[in-house]
This record gives sequence, structure tokens and C-alpha cells, in this order.
Amino acid sequence: MSNDNQSWPLWEVFIRSKQGLDHKHAGSLHAADAQMAIENARDVYTRRMEGVSIWVVESKHIHATNPDDAASLYDPANDKAYRHPTFYDLPDEVKHM
Amino acid sequence: MNNISLINYTLHLADNALIMGHRNSEWCGHGPVLEQDIALSNIALDHIGQARNFYQYAATLQNNGATEDSLAFLRDAIDFKNCLLVELPNGDWAQTVLRLFFFSTYQYYLYQQLQNSNDPQLAAIAEKSLKEVTYHLRWSSEWVIRLGDGTDESKERMMDALENTWSYTGEMFEACEYETEAAFAGFGVDLIKLRNEWDEKIASVLFEATLPIHEDVWMQSGGKNGIHTEHLGFILAEMQFLQRAYPGAEW
Repeated sequence: MSNDNQSWPLWEVFIRSKQGLDHKHAGSLHAADAQMAIENARDVYTRRMEGVSIWVVESKHIHATNPDDAASLYDPANDKAYRHPTFYDLPDEVKHM
Repeated sequence: MNNISLINYTLHLADNALIMGHRNSEWCGHGPVLEQDIALSNIALDHIGQARNFYQYAATLQNNGATEDSLAFLRDAIDFKNCLLVELPNGDWAQTVLRLFFFSTYQYYLYQQLQNSNDPQLAAIAEKSLKEVTYHLRWSSEWVIRLGDGTDESKERMMDALENTWSYTGEMFEACEYETEAAFAGFGVDLIKLRNEWDEKIASVLFEATLPIHEDVWMQSGGKNGIHTEHLGFILAEMQFLQRAYPGAEW
């Protein structure tokens, strides 16, 4: 796919695999508009029963952290084990935690 | 008598789906963009799946050792009962999506009615296939609108596609002998009932696509009775080559 302004914009695809679960990033694709993006997503990412719902968003609308900031953003959480909710016993009946 | 009509009717439904599927599968690896290549290949696979269901049923009805494979790969052009529309060459993307739009609209209304068939197997296949066809119709209508109401070039290509394809649409509604018997016996669909719905859907999409409707044109026909264009022979030559050259080959 060429990067000249003739090519279709890039979209990010989020798929919900079943009711009650979150939409998860599945990948990206090219499409002329949102409607085509949803159909392309259906054809490319749900061929093997991966989903029950699709979100698409144009990739240019995604704002991301800068990898150069990784150390200051994420490393400080390293030694804070007390933030993990691992000190509770979960009943077996609770699913999807 | 009824059984022969039922077999021929089932083969007609199967051949329509198989040849349409084969034509669209020719785009695999050649689509204009990766996403649309996959979309059309998915649709082709849907059609071939429908064809398999109908062939399996036809083979059961024939009860003479025929299988879905022998029906697809060992019959000659004159035995094929598909409409001429589905065997037309792919042409460009415009012609491919327009042909699929005409055919999917037809299948959509046909399968809706066929769900009420008094033959439970045909009714079940129709019900299962209808979900697929609903998407084919949506996908192909959007492309017709996108190209018809698009750039000068895309519109011109759609106009050419209309010119090349329109005269093959009438045959779908011209009932041949086994279709008349099928409708009469209640296992098949009365094509007259589909005609208005088809016309209305086509008109509304073409209108949105800012494309003209071709009225009274001479309509080609013959496919349902085995009288085909020269294109079907080439399709079969490619599709059947392996089974003809290496009978019984499996992989």
C-alpha cells in the first residue's frame, strides 16, 4: 500500500469477542470511510467467529504515549506490589476478573 | 416426474452458486486492495458452501453413486443449469460488483421464498444461506453506489458494466420447465413473485448510485437449459482440470 494521498486512510479495529467482555484491539486496515472500515473489519477480523461487535476508529485519532517517556511513566509502578489486588480470595463463581 | 424436476431444480440452484463462486474466486490475490480481496474471497467461499449443500442433496436424490464432487467436476457444459449472468467474465471491479449485486438481490428474494418450500432440505439450505446473501447484497449495493456516485471514471465504468450486464438479468425470472414444475409442486419458488421486489430494489440502489435503468432490452437466455455462452467451457476447463487429469485425486 503506497503512502501517497491517493490511498485510503488507516483505521484501527476493536473487536468484542463475546457479550460482557471488552472490545480489544484486533489490528488495522485501510478503508475509504467508516462504513467500509466496519465491513472490512468484519471480513478481515471476524472470519473465524472472533467477534460479536466491532468498533473502528481512524488511526489518526489515536493519541499515544511517547516510547522515550517509558521509563518515567511506567517504571515507578515496578516496586508497588501493594497496588495489586492479590490479597483477596475470589469466589469461584466470579468470572472475567 | 416430480423427482426429476426436484433434482434439476436443485442442480440449477447449485450450479448458480458454484459458477458465481468460481468467478468471484478468480479475484483471489488480484483484488484492488487487500481488504476487498479478502471480502470478495469470503463471498466466493459462501457461494461454494451453498453449492456444496445443494449438490450433496442432489446427489442423495439421484441415488446413483453421484457425489457433490462428481456433480461439480464431471459434468459437461450442457449439463450445467446456471443462468448466463454468473458465467460472464469478471471484467473490471465495476462489472464484478454490479453482477454480484444483480445476482445477490435475486438470491436474497429467492431464498426468502424458498424458506417456505415444502421440501424441508431446500428450505433449510435457503434459511442458512439467506444470512450470507443478506451481507452479499449489502456489500455489493454499497459498491454500486460508491462507484456510480463516485468519480467521472468510476461512473463511466459502472455505465459500461450496466451496458454489458443488463441483458443477462432477464433470464433469472424466465421460468424454465423444471422451475414451473417446482413452483407448481410447492418445493420451488414462483419467479413472478420475485420480479417486483427485485425491480424495486435494483431501481432504488441504481437511483442512489445516480445510474440509469435500462428498460426493455432484448434479454439473453438459455443457461437454465444448458445452452451457455462460450465462457462456461473455459471456466469448466480450468475448474475441472485436476479431476479430469487425475481422476479421484485427493489432497
